[in-house]
Amino acid sequence: MEKKKILISGNEAIAEGALQAGCTFYAGYPITPQNELIAYMAKHMPKKGVFIQAESEPAAINMVYGAAAAGARSMTSSSSPGISLMQEGISYIAGSRLPAVIVNIMRGGPGLGNIAPAQSDYFQATRGGGHGDYHLIVLAPGSVQEAYDLTQTSFDLADKYRVPVMILGDGILGQMMEPVRLSAKKIKANTFKGWALTGCQGRKPNIVKSFFLREGALEEFNLKLQKNYELIRKKEERYEGLFLSDAKVILVAYGTMARIAKSVISQLRSAGKKVGLIRPISLWPFPQEPFNLKNKKIKYLVVEMSYGQMLEDVKLAVCGRQRIEFLGRSGGGVPSQEEMINKIKKIL
Amino acid sequence: MEKIFFRAESLYDVSTHYCPGCGHGIAHRLVAEVIDELGVREKTIGIAPVGCAVVAYDYWNFDCSEAAHGRALAVATAIKRVHPQNVVFTYQGDGDLAAIGTNETIHAANRGENLTVVFINNAVYGMTGGQMAPTTLLGQKTSTSIEGRQKEKHGYPLKISEMLALLPGVTYVERVSLQSPQEVLKAKRAIKQAFENQINNLGFSLVEVLSPCPTYWGQSPKEALDWIRDVMQKEFPLGRIK
Repeated sequence: MEKKKILISGNEAIAEGALQAGCTFYAGYPITPQNELIAYMAKHMPKKGVFIQAESEPAAINMVYGAAAAGARSMTSSSSPGISLMQEGISYIAGSRLPAVIVNIMRGGPGLGNIAPAQSDYFQATRGGGHGDYHLIVLAPGSVQEAYDLTQTSFDLADKYRVPVMILGDGILGQMMEPVRLSAKKIKANTFKGWALTGCQGRKPNIVKSFFLREGALEEFNLKLQKNYELIRKKEERYEGLFLSDAKVILVAYGTMARIAKSVISQLRSAGKKVGLIRPISLWPFPQEPFNLKNKKIKYLVVEMSYGQMLEDVKLAVCGRQRIEFLGRSGGGVPSQEEMINKIKKIL
Repeated sequence: MEKIFFRAESLYDVSTHYCPGCGHGIAHRLVAEVIDELGVREKTIGIAPVGCAVVAYDYWNFDCSEAAHGRALAVATAIKRVHPQNVVFTYQGDGDLAAIGTNETIHAANRGENLTVVFINNAVYGMTGGQMAPTTLLGQKTSTSIEGRQKEKHGYPLKISEMLALLPGVTYVERVSLQSPQEVLKAKRAIKQAFENQINNLGFSLVEVLSPCPTYWGQSPKEALDWIRDVMQKEFPLGRIK
């Protein structure tokens, strides 16, 4: 079957990807720069699905909690300040072992910040964000096509591991339009979830909860969670590597930053400079494998629209074997090609 | 011999953790009996609150979800929308429904969600040690209103049921009391009405239950019941509000 190609924004691509993945429940609250997403869901959610404009982000995430508990593929989207408000609910989703997809189209912070693109919620996304020992799987698309594809992957991963999955993009990715090849594969209706709340006909009652009062019970549960995270760490690292076999300087960047890095690399490569790229696609689990390079002379340049957040994960992955440089701007500034090239020339 | 009073199937045969004289045990039983009588146990989904009734699912024999403090009606909204054929209710205390969850409460009610709410008003935060609640009476002493609630400092007891009754999305609001066996029977009738409304797709129904908390009122169980009759019911009059 020939696949249909359409021109849409990143926000719309995530919405379309969700619908294609069988998302039947969406709740959200307006916030820039992700408003196209909520509008798309309002317009295109099928009649049998549910769209709710919630009264707040805490309400939206708790609606997602309820829908996930009821067995539906459910999603919400927001941007940085709204995601902060959702952290309590995300912690409950993780603690109740519910699958859900949360989209954060990041803007500048802290506080109300501004509506310019940023990557400054990296720590919040990859360290759990709310209270307790938990993780989300965090996926960072680098193009509109990938935003569409990874949204479908997100629902599958959420169901497979019973964890919340976050799609982490920035305002540029959300707003820009690119052609997207739509997936032709028909997604099966929701797979049966034996733990979901449907009424206890013919079985014992199901309970969805994150409360473990009995002595030792919470630790026992937390160890199960950790085991699940360990499995995810082993199986779900995702990244793109470019010119890693001969690169002397390896740029490390994700999302929109990686696109700018790619332009820089093709420019420098045509001038004979040996520059490569590691683009983490899963930010949690953070890809370890591509950093396992023996050559001690390699230098890394981490580039972010934030002030050294992913840098910490790169340091952990490189483990002192090679030198790491950093270039970051945030609050409306995006590291330019020129800034990157100047920095690379200094360290080459 | 015919057995005329027995434990509802919707209630497990276990002892509860509630203090002597607490109203939760009675309220749990009323909900369970109503669900049995309506024959909907196997399609009921209950939302247990944060508060003293946090482990209500250990006592109820049907599907249940936990909800974060104040968020029960957001969770219930989604469950009911996903499964409109199921019977979905929340069981919430005064701090949950009328303080931290006021936003979720008002908006679920205003959307006219087809849900049943059992609202336990005991005028204190019980789980955390008897602090002032939005429904604490003027002059009532709590661990955070040591000299008694004062209107100048703390505002007035919040009449959330009367507020909700103003909303066109709300179908039914009644305030009942667990003060005497007679009032308990009336409470059960009101709770049954609130469930029947949902089954008949009539929309948002709420029953406010004035419930004793002898422990944090500093009273004996009997004194607590009398206090409901003599003091609390004056501030929160019983009867159908809408």
